[in-house]
Amino acid sequence: MRLPLLLPVLAALSATPALADWQDTLDAARGQTVYFNAWGGDARTNAFIEWVGDRTEELYGVSVQQVPLTDTAEAVTRVISERAAGRDQGGSVDLIWINGPNFLAMQAQDLLFGPFVQDLPDARYVDLSEGAPAALDFTTPVNGMEAPWRLAKFVFTYDSARVDQPPATMEEFVPWAAAHPGRLTHPDPTNFMGATFLKQALVELAPNPQALQQPVTEAAFAEATAPLWAWYDALRPNMWRAGRAFPENESVQQQMLNDGEVDIAMSFDPASTAAAIDQGLLPDTARVFVPEGGTIGNVSFVAIPYNAAHAEGAQVVANFLLDPATQAHMQNIEVLGSFSVLDPARLDAGAQAAFDALPTAPALPTLADLGPTLPEPHASWMTRLTEEWARRYTE
Amino acid sequence: MTRSGAEGRTLRAVVLTVLIVAVLGPIAAGLWQSLRAGLGVLPAIGAETLSLDPWRALVDLPGFGTSLRLTLWTGFAATGLALLLAVGVCAAVHDRMDRRASGRLLAPFLAAPHAAMAIGLAFLLAPSGWIARALAPVMGWDRPPMLETVNDPWGLALIVGLVAKELPFLLLVILSALSQIPVRAQMAAGRALGYGRGIVWIKVIMPQVWPLIRLPVMVVLAFSLSVVDVALILGPSNPPTLAVRLLRLFSDPDIFQLLPASAGAILQALLALAGFAVLWLCDRAGRVIGLWWVRRGGRGLSAEPGLWLATGLATALMILGALAMVSLLVWSVAWRWPWPGLLPDSWSLRPWTGAGQGVTRALMNTVTLALSTTALSLTLAIAWLEGEDRGHFPRAKWAERLIYLPLLVPQIAFLYGLNVLVLRLGAAPGLVPVVWAQALFVFPYVMIALSDPWRALDPGLPRAAAALGAGPWRRLWRVKLPVLLTPILTASAIGVAVSVAQYLPTLFLGGGRVATLTTEAVTLSSGSDRRITGVYASLQAGLPFAAYLAAFLIPALRFRNRRALSGAAA
Repeated sequence: MRLPLLLPVLAALSATPALADWQDTLDAARGQTVYFNAWGGDARTNAFIEWVGDRTEELYGVSVQQVPLTDTAEAVTRVISERAAGRDQGGSVDLIWINGPNFLAMQAQDLLFGPFVQDLPDARYVDLSEGAPAALDFTTPVNGMEAPWRLAKFVFTYDSARVDQPPATMEEFVPWAAAHPGRLTHPDPTNFMGATFLKQALVELAPNPQALQQPVTEAAFAEATAPLWAWYDALRPNMWRAGRAFPENESVQQQMLNDGEVDIAMSFDPASTAAAIDQGLLPDTARVFVPEGGTIGNVSFVAIPYNAAHAEGAQVVANFLLDPATQAHMQNIEVLGSFSVLDPARLDAGAQAAFDALPTAPALPTLADLGPTLPEPHASWMTRLTEEWARRYTE
Repeated sequence: MTRSGAEGRTLRAVVLTVLIVAVLGPIAAGLWQSLRAGLGVLPAIGAETLSLDPWRALVDLPGFGTSLRLTLWTGFAATGLALLLAVGVCAAVHDRMDRRASGRLLAPFLAAPHAAMAIGLAFLLAPSGWIARALAPVMGWDRPPMLETVNDPWGLALIVGLVAKELPFLLLVILSALSQIPVRAQMAAGRALGYGRGIVWIKVIMPQVWPLIRLPVMVVLAFSLSVVDVALILGPSNPPTLAVRLLRLFSDPDIFQLLPASAGAILQALLALAGFAVLWLCDRAGRVIGLWWVRRGGRGLSAEPGLWLATGLATALMILGALAMVSLLVWSVAWRWPWPGLLPDSWSLRPWTGAGQGVTRALMNTVTLALSTTALSLTLAIAWLEGEDRGHFPRAKWAERLIYLPLLVPQIAFLYGLNVLVLRLGAAPGLVPVVWAQALFVFPYVMIALSDPWRALDPGLPRAAAALGAGPWRRLWRVKLPVLLTPILTASAIGVAVSVAQYLPTLFLGGGRVATLTTEAVTLSSGSDRRITGVYASLQAGLPFAAYLAAFLIPALRFRNRRALSGAAA
């Protein structure tokens, strides 16, 4: 019912100057409710999304309803089952917080709306040139099919009251674990964070990290992962529960750190430790550390399914997320503390000042502390890696 | 009589049609979808060739054998243990148990949703949990001990969690069955013949109880073999039980995993079937052995210590369950609560006040769903039973099996297919499909709770009313329903509890948009904030608890001067 309405809009988008089109999108979006499917396990993100909804309602008459997910794949499955049922318009999912394999799967199945990113007015603050971090999702070019909104970078958390010297490299985890048996674990690799732990080690240990940027082949996989498995075999006996049980996700592991069951937790959000201390979820002495060579980083995106009932509203929300004021608010440690995806070079003085004025916290690392950002391996590596891990270590 | 017979036939035909169209059809369709996808046919993702590859992929999963073994072991062990303990407790203490008092004692356990209790138990039992914290000063632990007390590879914590939740259910079922048997007279006779108290119970009373509780036991078995949330929280993690692996496959980004996931869904259904076959064999064997045992005439005074052991274990489990719920309440008002503190370092109401709007919305949705599904199910159940009375039908065994089908088929086996079906019919995800999907599971429980007391109703009462000239409707409204008020309210309370606890149906058919206390609690339990989880879980348990409370208080007030109706004299 809404798709016929949308088609002329789409046609217009490709034919006429972008600014006029954007006004059309704004007009069509007014009064829409955007169902934003986003992982709901983090109360601060949920609160931020609620704030976004309040603002877009006020500014553009677009309200946002978060559909909290336990796993992003739920939203993908929902779109697939809608297509299975022939519901090619008026779909129930308008906007998804997505990246990596979920994005790849949706793109491969033609389940996405777009390209739309270059038509968002505030995309001008983002470096979308070829190969830029915000234009790549796990090395796959985004091609305007999803809009960036927050930066993720892999970090470890430890309690400085219990641990003097955390391991300085991934290799050092082995002697560290031997000296502190049972105090280290990682989330189950079926979970995104558990897989990231393995990838971080892979990126550091692989003889030729460049090979990881290509789609995986059996030969490349065998060569690249041989040191990883040797490392993991040495590490595993000294892990929590001798590496036979794993926390379900990073949140559960953070709770284990708080409970004192393990000494190290991990996160894809450098600010999460400071945020957790602020919320009473970690002791005041918790701190962030990263291995010397830097850590994997990636960008979180939002995408719109092909059958979204409120695609215009979804674009308005995607654009609002890129507004420098929104990004500065998001980077505020008291709000969400997620690093901005905007290119500082593209910001005007006012926007830059908003970022400079943000408060700091003892457990909040500076960008310099975080070291270099290593590229994610191609998404096919992650699938192959978790499969192989399961084959080797499931008894 | 003939007119009311015809009326009864019509009434039952209507209910039967409703059941077939709204309950059995969709389940069959959902299963069909899973079966097809399990054989490689799911046109939506371009899979169209019939093959056994999905089954092969399923069996080739690393650790598949372990998962299967774990599923069978935990499912059977939990069911067997819960049944054994329930029977033991009843045998040991039933004559000292006031039915109403024990009902009141059991209500909080029945009301607490599985997920909430599992979260509480996980905290209680963990190496850094409440029990370990209490022991820490004695044992000199400065760090949590390295013991595998939850998520252990043998699934013991999972079994404890399941038994803690199923035991009260089976106790209640047995107690309600007992109300139909002249326990006191038979006990007196048995005692006079020199039999031990427990043995009279087992040799004389249990064989009469068993047919009345067979279906609930099957439900417990099917549930234990396919439970997801409890297994996720308390069960082994690598590999987990089959149901947890299926959930992961269903939510894998690689959508072709839907095919082996569907094959696994069918396997879950087959496991449940195999479980019933084992139960049936035990039933047969029990008849033969039991008869021999009864005829041998042992007075069984030596059975006593076993019974007390069962009672002791059951009490310990109930205390664990109670502590688990208390720990959630404490968490919901805690701020910092690190190891090894027995109580929080700092307290705060922020988890309650901060949750605000979300909680209110979830609470409203939950209440709306609970009331509408329970009303719908109760109406259907009463129409069914009344139709049976008026038509003078005997208990139709086949029809009963059909009603219980939704409880006996694992949810995961047909819910994905059901979801596709609803969308294909063009229904928008929302409250209405969820009411319907929940009613699939609420109706059988209401029927289980109501049918035995209904059929055990003294036929003299309606007969006397008929003799006084009351028509069938008047007999229903003025005699049967008032006399059956207690079981009707109990059935409603169970209906509310079942509705509140539904996770997968709410999630699938609500398109994720119908937020209830349960969907929010399960989502939050994958996060790190036990305090917020505590808020939701407390509310989630509180709502059914309020329903049970009402089910006890209303008859007590209404019948305060009619002892036989208030349920005091069993």
